[in-house]
This record gives sequence, structure tokens and C-alpha cells, in this order.
Amino acid sequence: MATKKFMYVNRKAPYGTVYALEALEVVLIAAAFEQDISLAFIDDGVYQIAKGQNTDGIGMKNFSATYKALGDYDINKIFVEKESLDERGMTADDLMDLVWEDEDDDWAEKPSIKIVSRAEMADVLADQDVHYSF
Amino acid sequence: MAMLHIVNKSPFERVAFESCLRYVKAGDSILMIEDASVGAIEGTKFADQLKAAMADTSVYVLGGDLAARGMSEDRMIEGIKSVDYAGFVELVADNEKTQSWV
Amino acid sequence: MGTLDVNGTAVEVDEEGYLEDLSSWTEDIAVAMAAAEDVELSDEHWDIINFLREYYEEYQIAPAVRVLTKAVGKRLGKDKGNSKYLYSLFPYGPGKQACKYAGLPKPTGCV
Repeated sequence: MATKKFMYVNRKAPYGTVYALEALEVVLIAAAFEQDISLAFIDDGVYQIAKGQNTDGIGMKNFSATYKALGDYDINKIFVEKESLDERGMTADDLMDLVWEDEDDDWAEKPSIKIVSRAEMADVLADQDVHYSF
Repeated sequence: MAMLHIVNKSPFERVAFESCLRYVKAGDSILMIEDASVGAIEGTKFADQLKAAMADTSVYVLGGDLAARGMSEDRMIEGIKSVDYAGFVELVADNEKTQSWV
Repeated sequence: MGTLDVNGTAVEVDEEGYLEDLSSWTEDIAVAMAAAEDVELSDEHWDIINFLREYYEEYQIAPAVRVLTKAVGKRLGKDKGNSKYLYSLFPYGPGKQACKYAGLPKPTGCV
């Protein structure tokens, strides 16, 4: 079977709705099929990978740590839109440090997150075969 | 006849928060919960609108919701007060009426 | 829902035998779950069980078998980082069986 390029577009903040958690679970399942997977975080989706999430005050499971496992699942193409960060008073420093280990480079840790402009994001989205929106 | 306006939708995603700001009256209070909590942060594209409303309204945010989304309270717009669930209940009790902008 | 007898105490498990309350896990529970499947836990089993618990603590998920295999190879040596070795320890599937003994939920998309 030819490999297809799958894009998971995340546009909602975590916890207020179930979209973020559902997307994460779908992505982890999809990873088992060894396809070419990319993730995009735009609009309020950028809060999903914000560092320092603490859910003690709302009594919900904090699933932000699971994004750090994506590298283990060979998911290392994570695109974050700069304009979405700007509009929310955020910078790349506000995001979790998501990395993957390159087996072919003596397990060197490499960053998975790529900050792109809105125009670049449009190109990234256009370049995919299948899109899932959450 | 002070009213408490409760908003739970992100101001970046829905117009509910903007609508709320058009209907609040002087002396009213606004409480941001759930996804609306991110509206409390300084330097966003929504901040100026909220600051304008704060001239004659009191604005609160549910601190737990803000923390869950990775935003610390030192990033809040000056003058916004963080409350916990007990504070939420107090706000409801202190206001004669409550309206939710769902 | 069912219960598992652990040294005279009833522990709640789901219909597939997975622990209902993750935080109530003890080594005795793992031993009892294994015994119910005629498995006696060796040091090699415990290496995997402990690894799974640490992985869950850090990432809040039970890893897929592929991820488990890779991680075990990196941590415990290449000779152990293959499915043949893991299946020899956990013949019902390293994901399902080892996660069960470790008190974790069934892995997402597991084999």
C-alpha cells in the first residue's frame, strides 16, 4: 500500500471540549499503521501544547504529557502557526519541548515542532493527501 | 440590579464573548470560565476589547481553567481577579441575576 | 466488572481483567494476575512491568507494542528489543498482558 500523507488539524483549546483528547487518541492509533503523519496546531489549538498545564483546579486528567510521547511513535512533524501564537500573546517559548530521537543519528534528540507562518501553513496543508479536523 | 455574566467560549473562536461585552452594563461583573479563561491574558488580540469593558465592570477568571491551559496568573491583564470554585459561588450569590453566554 | 482475589482481598477488575483503579496497584496484584494465567513472574517480566509503569507515569499512556519494543531495546539491550523476546515473556501479547500486570489500561490501538 502506498504511503499517504495524513494531516491532523487541531484548532481547539484542551479541556473545554473533548476534541483535543479525541484527536490525540486518533493520532496514536493511526501511528500504528505507519503512515506519514503530520500535526498542525492553529487557532486555539496552540493551547494544547502549551507548557505548564496544571489541571489540579478542574479535576480533569492532564493529558499534556502524552504529546511528549509522540516522538516515540515516529510522529515528528508538528507545525505550529506563528500568527495563532501572536494573537494569543504567546511565543514558541510557551510551548512544550516536543522532541524525537533519530535512530540513524545515534538517537540524537531533535525538535519536532516547526513554527510556520500562516502562508507556509497553507502550503503545508495543501501538500497533504488526507485531512482530519478537530 | 447588578448582573453576573458568565462566558465559557474562547474569544478567539466564537463571538459569544464579544456579544457579552456589547450587553454588559456599568456595575456588572464578568466571569470567564472553561475555554473563555484564555481571554484573561495580556497581549492578545482580544485584550484591548476586554480592557475597554473593564472601565466600568469587574472581570474575574476561574483560575483552575487558566492553569489547565498552561497560562500563569502573572500573565493576566491587570485588574482581572482570579477566583476558585468557592469564589464562583460567591459571585453568583452576590449578584441579583446571572446570565450565561454559551 | 469482576474481582480478582489477591491474598484474600477482592480487587476490582474490568471484564478483560484490567485493574479498575490504577492507583491501587501493588506487586501482589501483578503476581495474582499472572498466577491466574499460570505465569510465574521472573526478573525479566518485572523489568518490562516496571518499565511500563514508569512510561505511564511520564506520558500518561500505555505505549503501543512497537514503541515498547524500541524502548526496551534501547534501555535493556538490543537482544531484548524485539517482539520474539517480548512474546516469549508475554505470550498473550506484550502490550495486553504486560500492561494488565502493570495495572495500566489496555494500550490504545494495541495488539
